[in-house]
Order: sequence, then C-alpha cells, then structure tokens
Amino acid sequence: MHIYANPKRFLSLARWLMPLMLWSGLAMSAGAIAWGLFAVPQDRLMGETVRILFIHVPAAWLGMGGWGALAIASAALLIWKHPLAAIAARAIAVPGMVFCAICLATGSIWGRPTWGTWWVWDGRLTSMLVLLFLYAGYIALSQATAREGGSQKIAAIFALVGAINIPIINRSVVWWNSLHQPPSITAGQSSIDPVFLWPLLAAVIGFSLVFGALVLMRMRALIAEAQVEARLRRRALDDDTPAPTRAGPAMETA
Amino acid sequence: MYEGLDQWDYVVAAYAVGLIALGWLLASSWRAMARAEKRREELKRR
Repeated sequence: MHIYANPKRFLSLARWLMPLMLWSGLAMSAGAIAWGLFAVPQDRLMGETVRILFIHVPAAWLGMGGWGALAIASAALLIWKHPLAAIAARAIAVPGMVFCAICLATGSIWGRPTWGTWWVWDGRLTSMLVLLFLYAGYIALSQATAREGGSQKIAAIFALVGAINIPIINRSVVWWNSLHQPPSITAGQSSIDPVFLWPLLAAVIGFSLVFGALVLMRMRALIAEAQVEARLRRRALDDDTPAPTRAGPAMETA
Repeated sequence: MYEGLDQWDYVVAAYAVGLIALGWLLASSWRAMARAEKRREELKRR
C-alpha cells in the first residue's frame, strides 16, 4: 500500500490501469445490460420490470460500497497518514453519490408499477436517502477544507461516522417492515434464479470496473491539480526571494 | 402488479436515467482529468 504513497509511482500504475478498467467495464456492463434486457425472460410477479434489476442493484452496491471504500481511505489517512488516502477519498465521493442517486431514481421508477407508489418512508429507502445526503455533506466538507487549506481529518472523521449508516441500510429490510424485499443474496447463498443471477453478477462486475476507472480518473485530476498548485507556489516564492548576487552585498553594507 | 400499465416504459425510463447520469459522470471526470494534466504539462514546459 505504501509503495504507492509516491504519486509518480501511483500515476505510472493508473495510466495503464484506468483505460483497462474503463473499457473492460464498459464492455461488460453493455453486455450485461443487453443480456438483461433482451435474453432474460419476464418474472412471474414483476413481469418485464424485473429488467430494472440489472441497473438498480449494481447502483445500490456501488453507492454503499463507495462509502465503504471512502471510510477505508479515511481510516488510512487518520491511522497511517497515507498521502494518497485523502485524494482517494475525495475521488470516490462524487461517483459514489451519482450511483446512490441512480439507485434511488431507478428504485423509485421500479416502485411505481410493482408497489403502486413512487416512494415510501420505510427503513430501506430512507436510509439510502440519508446516504445520498451524507455524500453531499462529505463533498461540501472536503472541498471547503481543500479550498481553505484546512485539515482533511475533519472530512475523514465525518466519513467514518457516516459509515454507521451502511449496516443500517443492509439490515433495514430485516429490522423494520418494508415494501422492499428482504435480502436475496446473503453470504454464499442466493434466492435469485440463475437465469437472473448470472447477468446480475456480470452487471455488478462491469459497473464496479467502471467505478474503479472513474475513481482513478478523478485521482489523476486531483494529483495534477495539486502538482500545478505546488509548482505555482514554488515559482511565486522564487520570484519573491531576492537573488543573492543582487541583495547579498546590499544587505551586508547596510 | 398494476395491470394495464406498459411495463417497458418504466424499464426504458430507469435505464435512460441511469445511463444518462453515468455518461455525464464519465464525461465530466474525463474532462477534469484531461484539463488538469494538460495544465500541468504546460506549466512544466514554461
């Protein structure tokens, strides 16, 4: 992990890994969506709307997994002071928030024909909405501290405290009554028919690869911005410092 | 299940929302990366 504390070494890895993850992820996601839309039969209860599964579930997984990764990066910042941890956490936040929003929007669209309503204030939907607000709060906090030159530790602590919401989302359908179905996939077991499960797994892997590529893209942007800022600051300091040949003798005679 | 509703409309709407959001995210992230790295290279050359 600490091998990549050096931005140069990290960038040499990200330069080939990012396009690889992006193109393989896009190809796999497109294949999984086509599989889910055109090759999978309709469900006995949900009819054709079962096809929303192949975008809703990967979005939910990445919305929640994104915050998990953000919390791990924040812990790495607080415990090991890893130089890239704050950059990784900031790079995860926006993609995580977008996938969380996709999960909420596609879930709402799916709810109308299956539940008869766009929205209910139950445990699962409300805790997922709370996650969206947590992402917004983290983005505002980390951007403000980066702009004002404050410590990224405040945003890291916020990310760790917010991680409490992840098990709440996961267990919400077990703890409280909900229109949302109980967990279909638990450790090593699945109640989903293989005809739906395999394209779903392909979609989850494909979208996860795209998510990884997005994080690497945003990390490269943040590193480049930091390097530009550091170079400009160094140049400004050099311009302000009087050259020894001009100022030196003058200072001595004074 | 609501009878009489065209289920495909909901499927198309869900995928449209998801894929437009993902397309925007990919385009904005790529643009931010390309712009920041270009600025760094320009500054290095100066």
